[in-house]
Amino acid sequence: MKPKTKYVQVPSRSILPDRDIAREPVLECINLGITLGGIKAVDNFNLTIGRTEIAGLIGPNGAGKTTVFNLLTKVYQPTTGTILLNGKDTHGMNTMQVNKAGIARTFQNIRLFKNLSVVDNVKAAMNNEMHYNMLSAILRLPNYRREEVAAHRRALKLLSIFDMQDMADVRAGSLPYGAQRRLEIVRALATNPSLLLLDEPAAGMNPSETADLMDNIRKVHEMFQIAIVLIEHDMSLVMNICEGICVLNFGQVIAKGTPEEIQSNPAVIEAYLGRQSSHKEKEA
Amino acid sequence: MTMRRLINLKRVEARRIYLTYFIVIIAYVICQTMSSTRILSSTMRGMLVPICAYMVMSISLNLVVGISGELSLGHAGFMSVGAFSGVAAAILMQSVIPFAPVRLALAMIIAAIFAAIAGFLIGIPVLRLKGDYLAIVTLAFGEIIKSILNNFYMGMDSGGIQFSMLSDTTRLLPGGKLIIRGPMGISGIQKIATFPAGFILVMISLMIVFNLVNSRSGRAFMAIRDDRIAAESIGLDITKYKMMAFVLSAAMAGAAGALFAMNYSTIVANKFDFNTSILILVFVVLGGQGNMLGGIIAAAALTILPEKLRQFSDYRMLLYAVILIVTMLGTNNQDIRNFFAKLNPFRHKEPEEEEAA
Repeated sequence: MKPKTKYVQVPSRSILPDRDIAREPVLECINLGITLGGIKAVDNFNLTIGRTEIAGLIGPNGAGKTTVFNLLTKVYQPTTGTILLNGKDTHGMNTMQVNKAGIARTFQNIRLFKNLSVVDNVKAAMNNEMHYNMLSAILRLPNYRREEVAAHRRALKLLSIFDMQDMADVRAGSLPYGAQRRLEIVRALATNPSLLLLDEPAAGMNPSETADLMDNIRKVHEMFQIAIVLIEHDMSLVMNICEGICVLNFGQVIAKGTPEEIQSNPAVIEAYLGRQSSHKEKEA
Repeated sequence: MTMRRLINLKRVEARRIYLTYFIVIIAYVICQTMSSTRILSSTMRGMLVPICAYMVMSISLNLVVGISGELSLGHAGFMSVGAFSGVAAAILMQSVIPFAPVRLALAMIIAAIFAAIAGFLIGIPVLRLKGDYLAIVTLAFGEIIKSILNNFYMGMDSGGIQFSMLSDTTRLLPGGKLIIRGPMGISGIQKIATFPAGFILVMISLMIVFNLVNSRSGRAFMAIRDDRIAAESIGLDITKYKMMAFVLSAAMAGAAGALFAMNYSTIVANKFDFNTSILILVFVVLGGQGNMLGGIIAAAALTILPEKLRQFSDYRMLLYAVILIVTMLGTNNQDIRNFFAKLNPFRHKEPEEEEAA
């Protein structure tokens, strides 16, 4: 395992610059924007994520949070702006190449491979680290066996982080809801990302499941020393776990800062609760 | 410890695979004994090789439809490419390789290569499409292959191999022989296809598909089938894996086509028309998509059935249709499924299987 992060002071545009170990952030979005159907779904989006940062992306429904994830993973190609991943421009890459470059994600509406077993879902994500060809698979040559055994072992190890190793042979589609969400995270981790994007990981979970999830995210962060960005509506989770938070509204960043700063930011309160004066006007 | 797990018979999948191999071997042994002791009628004996060829077709289409999740309606096209290239190769090799089994094997390999090339060329435009559109375009390509072969002439003389399209303008030297004669197809084929060869081809096809399913490629095929967007997000190359499945399936269909053709003395392109494509699809759907054993049983049953119904003369195809409909309804009926599930000795060990149904 890698050594624990050493916190050193370096100048950076990261939300929490003094927590960055590397001078170079894992992700930089510069003036990112996309127009969907004539509407600027995301506009002038600037964000820098440090190498081992946990950041939150929050905002009211329809603010463009998932669109940002889709831009980062190139499900949509941005109309303006640049995404730098590990200092490299991702312009012209597709979803697959972005994943190989180090971004893995989960989905708001769960997208598991329903008819595959739990362990096969994880092993499918390890495809790019296996190198045997079709012929060795068909003839069951030694390199097939060696790589499969290694992959199986690693898949079980990853599953055990989320206490799912006993469910390895269960069909993914028949897992309970919470386990499906956890499996999505394991599958994303199996691709060896340097940046993990979690789209509403706690959606539909009860408070105790959410607390478990929080522990698990911390554990993953500790073990893999990767950057995590999460979209979440559960404020207790966001405020507890995130070192930096970025708030979106109508496709624009309205605030950035530490959880404490965000909680007291008037623009954020306005976005979530509406302006007090306009509320009064309506009543009158 | 993990090593043993990979070939663990406690796993549902592994059990299904070994059961399939076992049933195919047993069926072969029984049929071979019956055939050599002349218990089997001569019509039935003549059907053993076509049944094997259709079984391979069913396995091959199952790879595309059941495992990759793409509907292909032109599979007979690849079968015909294999049939024509395989038979032509066998005729050309006749004097060089007098030993029939080797010639058959080589012809099937050549057929597989030609069909794979056809699959690759067709795959380039077709695999950009999805769902119904893909099905329609594969149907069109199946018809195109048929038309091309209907207008294709090939002959051989002392100057080498000559081709021509639309009409016979090969201008063979005296002593040359026209092998492929457009709509007349190929005639005078030596019937070198044998039942053991068919059985071996079925076993090889099963081995290819089963071993592939449990490998990185197979998982990629199924992942793309289950969720394309998620598959991309974990770094799977969708185009590459779709092409891989399509080409492999075409190659298997080509080998089956060569086996099929070398059981007859004459072969014409019209034999591999849309109806044949649909028949193969019926094998796959009736046997259950992704279920290899089901597919090969369906292939055997639906090849024998029209022969067995011959005594009803005029009502033959009507009865065939009725039986097909009843079987489809029956296998989809929950009560009947539960009844068969009760008969399954392994049932209590796999409760999640029933939810899947």
